[in-house]
Amino acid sequence: MTMSPSEAANPTAAPTPSRVIRLDRERLLGILLPVAVFLAAIAAWEALVRLNDIPPYVLPSPSRIGEALVRDWGVLSGSLLVTLKITVSALLAAIIGGVALAILFAQSRWIELSFFPFAVILQVTPIVAIAPLLLIYLEPNTAVLVCAFLVAFFPILSNTALGLASADHNLRNLFDLYGASRLKQLLYLRLPAALPFFLGGLRIGGGLALIGAIVAEIAAGTAGQGSGLAFRIVESGYRLNIPRMFAALVLISVAGILIFLIFTLLSHLLLRRWHESAAAREN
Amino acid sequence: MTPAPTRFPLLSAPLVSLRGVGKTFSNGTVALARLDLDVRPGELLSLLGPSGCGKSTALRILAGLGEATSGAVDWPGAAAGADHRGEIGFVFQEPTLMPWATVADNVWLPLRLKGVPRRAAMPRIEEALARVGLASFAASYPRELSGGMKMRVSIARALVTRPALLLMDEPFAALDEITRFNLNDDLVRLKNELGCTVVFVTHSVYESVYLSTRIVVMAARPGRVVAEIAVDEPPARDASFRRTAHYADLCRRASEELHGAMAPDAHL
Repeated sequence: MTMSPSEAANPTAAPTPSRVIRLDRERLLGILLPVAVFLAAIAAWEALVRLNDIPPYVLPSPSRIGEALVRDWGVLSGSLLVTLKITVSALLAAIIGGVALAILFAQSRWIELSFFPFAVILQVTPIVAIAPLLLIYLEPNTAVLVCAFLVAFFPILSNTALGLASADHNLRNLFDLYGASRLKQLLYLRLPAALPFFLGGLRIGGGLALIGAIVAEIAAGTAGQGSGLAFRIVESGYRLNIPRMFAALVLISVAGILIFLIFTLLSHLLLRRWHESAAAREN
Repeated sequence: MTPAPTRFPLLSAPLVSLRGVGKTFSNGTVALARLDLDVRPGELLSLLGPSGCGKSTALRILAGLGEATSGAVDWPGAAAGADHRGEIGFVFQEPTLMPWATVADNVWLPLRLKGVPRRAAMPRIEEALARVGLASFAASYPRELSGGMKMRVSIARALVTRPALLLMDEPFAALDEITRFNLNDDLVRLKNELGCTVVFVTHSVYESVYLSTRIVVMAARPGRVVAEIAVDEPPARDASFRRTAHYADLCRRASEELHGAMAPDAHL
């Protein structure tokens, strides 16, 4: 059989050399520009504090914050580890729970109808309002973990459920035609179809798990025996150690950014060959 | 009428038939009213008709994808209660490929669902891909292919189980005409190579004449058969058939029948 010219796709058209150079320059600029603007903002902050002689207990300069970060690294790194551990365990629980419940929902509309209200109630009730209650019933560390789990759970559940339901109808017909069991339909069709949705939920859930852990820890306040980053912020506030407060804040942001980057990378690696969201556009 | 050469020359019984099949959708639309249709072994049967005449519905009932509201689907050569799903290949209007799987894995699917491991299935996957001219694209993903190539993968997937009956639901309707002509030629060749029976749903008069050994013209509201045209032309055809007077004559007849089928709807 011969392939007509109109049919031949051209997936690997080599770009001309001049285009390569321009693309490289554009990419370089895309990295350099945000970095430069960020550094300029830090420099402006530093200058503002120094020129106006603002005392560090009102607003510490970036260099002071850096200093605190280094000096208090022993305390702060321990707290960072605690917060990360809570976030990661909560996220793992949310992934297992969310995916399992989504699969259960996909089996029957009646199960979904019966249980979805609970998921929605948990989602719309602010976690700050639930945290004090949980602190009554549970140990502080467990309460913080449950709070982080609750906020990360819903986006993973709802996205995965949507993904499982979005498998192409004719593909489902095809599976029926070949007499595929429900399990095979789930493994070969519905789970792969849900993957991009699940990864989207994971990116949201990952960030939310960290936020949930921080919020719950703040709610636990000094009553908590935990020594996570949020606890350090509250504690440093009481001691008027504002540079350490900022240093803890920086670590929280960095943790959040890392979580986001890890899941973005994971998403890219898993989807780049086939999903429109991750594949490069050819034009 | 000259009967088409078949794989079962001595068998006069139909491969499968619809007996008084009716289908009413839950919203009250009567898609089919008492449809009788014999699919004979080795033929390429076109169901030609306007939208809403129930030709796709009839195809789905043949495939066992939809239940008939009344009537029955008969497989005269098979034991009662036998499962025919393994003997049927189905090609949808869209290529309907799994975007996350390579071309080879997409073609593997029907065998995989039967429990054939990938390594054991590989020779058959390669053969099916070679038949549709995509042997070198086994490792590609569907999004890297053109519309016509995706449809070829879909056909390879339907053929990989070597089905006795290939059902095609307007498979080339969304393709440009040049690609469509190529795929029409390929389908004629594949059918003659494999000797399978094909039921082909289309709303194109020219396509139905070019491909078929027999055309059944259907009308809408309610869906029913209004005419049958035997295409008395040897099944091995090429583009020169399109230039013959016989082809023009058959197209004219099919057009007239189709026009007649649509007459009651002239006010639409």
